[in-house]
Order: sequence, then C-alpha cells, then structure tokens
Amino acid sequence: METILQLRNINEIKKYLTHPDSCLNKTTEDQITVEKLVFKKFEELHNCLRVNENLPHIFKEQHKKFLSDSLAYLPSSYETLDASRPWLCYWILHPLSLLGVKLEDSYKNRIANFLAKCQSPNGGFGGGPGQYPHLAPTYAAVNALVILGTDMALKVINRQKLFEFLQSVKQPDGSFAMHVGGEVDIRGAYCALSVASLTGVLTKELVNNTAEWIISCQTYEGGFAGCPGLEAHGGYAFCGLAALVILNKGHMCDNQALLRWLVQKQMGLEGGFQGRTNKLVDSCYSFWQGGAFPLLYTLLTKEGITPSGHLFNEGALQEYILICCQNHQGGLVDKPGKPRDIYHSCYSISGLSIAQHFLDQKHVLSSFRNELASTHPLYNVRPDLVRKALLYFHSLPSNTAT
Amino acid sequence: MSDNSSDECDTQHVLYKNRPEWSDITPLKQNDGEHPVAAIDYTEEFEDCFDYFRAVVQKKEYSERTLELTKTAASLNPANYTVWQFRREILKALNKDLNEELEYIGKVILKQTKNYQVWHHRRIIVEWLQDPSKEKYLTEKSLSEDAKNYHAWQHRQWVIKTYNLYDGELEYVDQLLQDDVKNNSAWNQRYFVVNNTTGFTQETLNREIDYTLGKIRILMENESAWNYLRGLLLHDKGGLSRNEKVTDFCETFYEQGNRSPFLLALIVDICSEKITNNGGGDGNNVYTSARAKELCNALATQYDTIRAKYWLHISETIENQANEQNSMDESSTTN
Ligand SMILES: [Zn+2]
Repeated sequence: METILQLRNINEIKKYLTHPDSCLNKTTEDQITVEKLVFKKFEELHNCLRVNENLPHIFKEQHKKFLSDSLAYLPSSYETLDASRPWLCYWILHPLSLLGVKLEDSYKNRIANFLAKCQSPNGGFGGGPGQYPHLAPTYAAVNALVILGTDMALKVINRQKLFEFLQSVKQPDGSFAMHVGGEVDIRGAYCALSVASLTGVLTKELVNNTAEWIISCQTYEGGFAGCPGLEAHGGYAFCGLAALVILNKGHMCDNQALLRWLVQKQMGLEGGFQGRTNKLVDSCYSFWQGGAFPLLYTLLTKEGITPSGHLFNEGALQEYILICCQNHQGGLVDKPGKPRDIYHSCYSISGLSIAQHFLDQKHVLSSFRNELASTHPLYNVRPDLVRKALLYFHSLPSNTAT
Repeated sequence: MSDNSSDECDTQHVLYKNRPEWSDITPLKQNDGEHPVAAIDYTEEFEDCFDYFRAVVQKKEYSERTLELTKTAASLNPANYTVWQFRREILKALNKDLNEELEYIGKVILKQTKNYQVWHHRRIIVEWLQDPSKEKYLTEKSLSEDAKNYHAWQHRQWVIKTYNLYDGELEYVDQLLQDDVKNNSAWNQRYFVVNNTTGFTQETLNREIDYTLGKIRILMENESAWNYLRGLLLHDKGGLSRNEKVTDFCETFYEQGNRSPFLLALIVDICSEKITNNGGGDGNNVYTSARAKELCNALATQYDTIRAKYWLHISETIENQANEQNSMDESSTTN
C-alpha cells in the first residue's frame, strides 16, 4: 500500500499553541519560544502552498552534497568530535545510503582502510587511530563497515579480538562499561549486542544477566533510563528496547507502559519528538523515539494485538523534519534557529525513513519524490545491507572463545 | 563550539614543539592512512598537542610534564576518553594529591557540563578518595545552570546511593518543583528518594498522592505530575482504580468540564484496569468499557488529535478485553 499523506490543517496545529501558565516556569517559557519559531515555519510553508501545492519537499541534492563534502573535510569546530571519528563516518554514510547514493568501490575501500586504522590491537575500535577501544565508536565503525558492504570492508573486523574486547567490558551485573575503566550505562549494552549479533559472536555467556539489568532501567514513566533510578530518556529507551529485542527478551519489559510513554513524547504542535517529558522537541529523537515503534510493533503482535500501522502520527513527524529542520544549503538541524550538523542530519533522515515505512507500506508526505530507502530499526542500517552482513559473518566459523 | 582557553594560563600558549623541555620527544603524527576520511581541519595548537600526546601514550611516560600535557589535551577536547584514562594512569603512578585533582575537575565540569568523560573522571576521583562531601554542592551548582542536566543528576544519584546521603533530598526536590513544577528530572528524583528510603508504604503513598494532586491543582497541563501519580499508584494495592482520593479528584474535575488529555487518559486506564480485574461487575461502576471507548474517541477526535491512532488502538484493545471478560463470565455462570 502506498499513500500520500496530506499536511495537517494549520488551524488544527494552532490549537496546540501553549499559553503561559498561571504559575511561571522555565519549562513553559522555553516551550513557548520554540513553538513560536516552529509555528512561523508552518505558516510560511502554508503561504507558499498557494503557488506550489507539492510542498514540502526534501532537498535531496543539497543533503547529498553537504554529507559528501563532510566525508572529505570537516572544519575545526568538529575538534570536539575527534574522539568520535567512526561516528562521523557512520553519520555521513548512513543518510547517504538512505538517499540512494552509491559510492565507488575504490572510495569504499579508502573508508574501510581508515576505519581499520581505528581498530585497536586489543579488539574493538577507538575514536580515532591510536585511541583506546570504546563501545560507541566500535558500534559506529561496525555499522559503517556494514554500510560499505564490500568483502574488503567486512573483512576489516577482527571478530575474535572484538569478542575479547566485549568480554573485557562486561560487568558481573550484566551491564557493559563503555571502555575499560569507563562509565557504565545502557548505551553499552546496546552497542555491545548490536555488534555481537551482526558479526555472529553473541554467546550466552556474554549476555548473562544483561536482560535483567536492562529491565531494571525501565522507569515508572515507561521509558528506559541510562542507569537504574534515572529519568526515562529517548536515546536510552531506544538502546534498552533494541537490546532486549536482540536478546529476544522484549516480553520482559512493560510494553504497554513503554508505548504510553513513547506516544506522549510526540509534540502536538511541532509533530517531532521530545527526548524526555516536558523537554523541547529535537529532530534526533525522530529516530530514537520513532525507531522504537517498529520494534514495539513486533512485541505487541506477539501478544496478539496487531496495530494496523504506526501508532504515532507519521505525517506530523514528516512535517516537522521537512518543514522545520532542513537547511537550504543541505544538512538538517535539531530545531529552527540551530546550526546544521551531521549527527542531526543522520538521525532526522533516519526518523524520516522510519515515518515513511511501515512493514511494506509507504506513507509519504506530500510527494513520492520525498521517499527514502527504509532502515532496519534494530541497527539503523538499510535492511539489505544488514542481511548481506549477516550472511557474510554467519558463514564464517564461529569464534572459538572460551 | 567549546571555549579552548585553559583556565589558569592567560599567557600566550607555546606549542610543545617549541618547548625545550619537550625536545627529547619525537611527536607522533596521527596515522590516518593514505586517504583520511571525515578529516578534521585541526588548528595548529590541537595537532601539536595531540602529536605529543600520542608519543607519550606509546611510551607510557608517567611524569609531571605528561600530566600537564593531558590538561592541555583535555581542554582542547574534553570528550577524548583516552586522554582522561591516561591521566588517571599518571595520577596513580605518581601518587598525586587527589584533592587537587578534585578541585581541577570540578572547574572543568562547570565549564563542560554536558560531557560523559568529565563526570566519570570526577566519580573515579571521589571513589579513590572515598570523600563524597563536595558532590551534592557541585551537582547543585551545575543544576542551578540547567536543572535538567542528565549527567549532573546521574552523578548526584550515584553519590547519594553509594554514600547514603538521602537527608534533605526531598526538600531539595521540593524547592526545584517550586521553581519549575514541570521539571521532570526533579519529579524523577522524588521517586528515586522515596523508592530508596521509606519505600511506598501506605503512609508514604498517602502523603505523596496528596502532594501530587496539590501540584496538579496548581497546573493541570503537566505531564510530569500525572506520570508521577501513575508511578505512585503502581504501588497502591488497589491499583489505579481503587484509590478514592484519586478517583474523586478525577471525577470532580471531569464533572466541572475539565477535558485535559492527561485527566481523560488516566480515566481510560482506570476503566481498562477495572475491566480486566472484575469485568465491571461492581454495582455502581462508572468505569465501563463503554465509557473508555467514548473517552478514547473524544481524545482521538477532539482533545488529543496528534495521538489519534494511539487512542483508537487503545479503544480496540479495551473492547477486546471486555469481550474476553464477558465470555469468561458467561462460561463461569453456565458451569
Ligand atoms: Zn538532538
């Protein structure tokens, strides 16, 4: 089924404008400021509709250029991401692949060679050549190599050493530290399980107690926190849910509570998602919150409840991304008024893809020219590339680890 | 992006390659291979510092000068976890005064407050010292800038839990909620404190429910307070539906014409719970599947249209529940 979604009525959107509370507070003040910026964008677009009824559209060529240029060169303002260089590769390669860009094999090999330089002799990947191995860049590097998808790229990963690195950061309570001597939080569990399942080194012993530890991060609000006791948060909720699904233990969490919390994170006026209750909209949560829906769908279906489509408003989410977050020169932003960056470009494009696809149905805002390739909600990599990697790694002999 | 000026040296920064005391070290260039990708256009100062950093990491040189070097490297990129890890190795090897380190990292944190590495470094120094006495103050200072800073809350919870520092925490949370009743981090902290101190005894529940209903009266459109209320009722042995204080509160507002989506959503869930628990068998039960469906419909079409699909899904789920319950009731009466 393929449908074109229509824009929401501007007067319906207007109903959601927040009014100043009787008791003044910073949360409401900030919310009102953002709503004004967002609503102005919606109004501008609705005015343009009189001349061009196919709006909004995605600036595909501009995004491709912005991303491709970033792959070659980043300004010195990116120095604070110098310990995240495999992330930079992933944040660029993944949206490019959703935009349908095909890279030359020789270029792919150059990227794979660079990522190989980030691999530690102790297994896993560091934030750059010579840096200690860390679970976050390990996740990013493995995903980037899977996106490249050539044998040469997949061969870069030293699976035996990777497994040893994962063991070295595993904690007795089931959680994972981000690096040896590093902080423990739910990102660790997701990053470890993601790379282990993709490369076929996931053993029972490696994930002993992990599901129980993740469940202990589900909060009274229904979402997951970074660690037990903390506040439910979109990024961490995705990590928790995806990790449980990889473990095939999704039924262990409270799905109804998670669903209730997730749907509440979609903003009435903006259409995008907030990361936590009473926080502001941010385009990166288009994926972190939006991507949880297809995962939750599989769990609800197992419980005998089969929703007939996405349980969030996929049209409103597409409106927020396309109308409020695109930079005319390419790249996307967190919210209107913010500078573009590749992290938000990656996750808003990923969220846009999630919103457009439900099973094999397509629900695209305004025009099919806005359509993107679909993404695998567990790994946030195109499903065909996930399959290719799984086939490749699972045909190799399994690791002989003890 | 970040403020690169190191806090104590207002003098001109001298590149390491121009410092005679570093002349014995051969700087180690970053090995990006033949074709770097996502290459950052480093400033000269950044490249110089990290060339020397790589060289001393490779040699594992633990000395005063490498300790100073990590300070510069951390000021250039506080997210470089290798720098912090190496710095800790040096601190251990040289048996440094950790109180000095605590003071230093405190200053860094107040400038770089949204960064995993600096808070983690702080935590390890506190663990080494076994001195948590300054942590509540530091996190309060950080939270006074941004009352929802996740890292600050994480550090605060850790120190409170590890060193049993719950005293005064409810009062602190109450102050934050007086400043901003929508501060969800503060509501979450309230839950954390109750959960780890008294637990949800009936007495505590009564107190907390009164507190929360009071806050909802001040401001109805506040998801944080409604979520906290629901969190409390999870511990009520009567569940969502048997606490009369709560149901009276809801019904009064409903009768007055209040149609806040949060209010309607709670009534829907109360109905849903009643249906699964006793099939709506109470004599004067107002929490029926018919009412739930009507409310879901009102939410979907009028009061919470952004979540229309969710409310229709809930309506369907409740209908299924009711049908199942009915057939169970029937089979038990025929038996
Ligand atoms: Zn963001």
